[in-house]
Amino acid sequence: MKTRAIVSSVSVSVSLLALWALIAQLEWISPIFLPGPSATWQSLSEGLRHGELLHLTFGTVERMAYGWALASLIGIALGALIGISPLLRTWLQPTLELIRPLPASAIVPVAIAFIGLSPAMVLVVIAFGAVWPVLLATTHGFANIEPRLHEVGRVLRLSPLAFIVKVGLPNAMPDALAGMRLSLTVSLILAIVGEMLASQEGLGLAILQAARSFRSADLFAGVVLLGAIGFVSNSLLGMAERRALAWKQI
Amino acid sequence: MRALLDRLGWRGWVLPVTLLALAEAAMRINPVESDALARPTDVLNAMAQAIANGSVLSLSAQTLAAALAGLALGGGLGLAAGIWFGLSRAAADAASLSIELLRPVPSVALIPLSMLVFGFGFRMEIAVIAFTCFWPMLLLSQAAVRNVEPRLLEVARVLGFAWWERVLKLVLPAALPRIFVAFRLCVGIALVVAVTTEIAANPQGLGYALMNAQQSLRPDLMFAMLLWIGLLGWGLGAGLLWLQRTWFRHSLAQQP
Repeated sequence: MKTRAIVSSVSVSVSLLALWALIAQLEWISPIFLPGPSATWQSLSEGLRHGELLHLTFGTVERMAYGWALASLIGIALGALIGISPLLRTWLQPTLELIRPLPASAIVPVAIAFIGLSPAMVLVVIAFGAVWPVLLATTHGFANIEPRLHEVGRVLRLSPLAFIVKVGLPNAMPDALAGMRLSLTVSLILAIVGEMLASQEGLGLAILQAARSFRSADLFAGVVLLGAIGFVSNSLLGMAERRALAWKQI
Repeated sequence: MRALLDRLGWRGWVLPVTLLALAEAAMRINPVESDALARPTDVLNAMAQAIANGSVLSLSAQTLAAALAGLALGGGLGLAAGIWFGLSRAAADAASLSIELLRPVPSVALIPLSMLVFGFGFRMEIAVIAFTCFWPMLLLSQAAVRNVEPRLLEVARVLGFAWWERVLKLVLPAALPRIFVAFRLCVGIALVVAVTTEIAANPQGLGYALMNAQQSLRPDLMFAMLLWIGLLGWGLGAGLLWLQRTWFRHSLAQQP
């Protein structure tokens, strides 16, 4: 049963690829818009071996990773504070609820007005947009700590900080990691948008320029690479999540 | 409004109101000529003007039309595929690798491609929104159909229903509450992607107006547009959540 599923899913993917090659080969869609898989592959391998592509990929990954790390740090720290203290929750949460529904990309013009077209601006936008999933999930995780653990903390006379580090964080980790996974996707999207708007070197700008100069093979190569970044980063985090939470399964 | 205030509690409003009042006072006492800052009252003024001359309404209509058309296209296809994969385990298995490979492509990476194929305008924006909405709709409706009581499907087999009768008379009604939840999520996604596409490339709608206000150094209008986009998204989300609670209160009771 398992092998049959693998065979069928691989064969569907391969036939989709063949269909793409066929459409491109017969030029049902103009090659200006749709390069074949071989042209895309050629542009991809040439670009990775000799050209700029590897450099651009690292640029985008770096931007995404820094913004995501910043968002995760802020999200977990703020989420821990809000989650642990009912006082802070009543004063702060409604303000956060007001800001949260804003589309993250809508912050870009404001960030440009304040910071200008710089790498720092892109970083701020990524951190702003990606902080919400982590913040909400961590708050939820901290607010739902087993009440008896609070009593244990009081009996052991743990300071609030010690309670957060020793009891709160391990308990909120599953929620926080799920939020971090969501915010990784947001980080990639905002890194691309930021590069496009602020003309920062990276894959986002590269595919925009490729589209403007009708280099469709380069455009497809960039889109494939961006998909690969999304796929790889998500799988890596999934693996890390399973590892970090292995103790919970027992 | 009263009920809302009561529910949120007055404490929650202290921080934002104080901050805004402080900003207003500081900028009145010490007037600054800035490209980035505007007095809150000026922002409200700009918003009132934009509403009065009708520009906000036509811009919102453009953005919403693109968002809903993209949602109808991508969400409709996603729903059809989701029902199919939900009913047939073999079809779901066969498609799984292709879905895993295509789904991580970030939606905004398709903006240049869509621009190349369609140029500027509605079609380009709709294509990007449709691609983005397709995946969550597919996965959520597939899960919704999987969740349908299997005995209902046995009843359908006993009654000798054709496949379309099975879908229309049994599966869709049974999975409707969860499909509505998916629809509500996708409306939010569609609006965000529409605004993003307009900010990044497409010269129409609210996103472009927001970008334009920044570039023509009108911070008051920029914040007014931002506020409007936030209100629009919040209103749509709250409205759909209310509908979900009224229509599907019983069937979704076990969910948060």
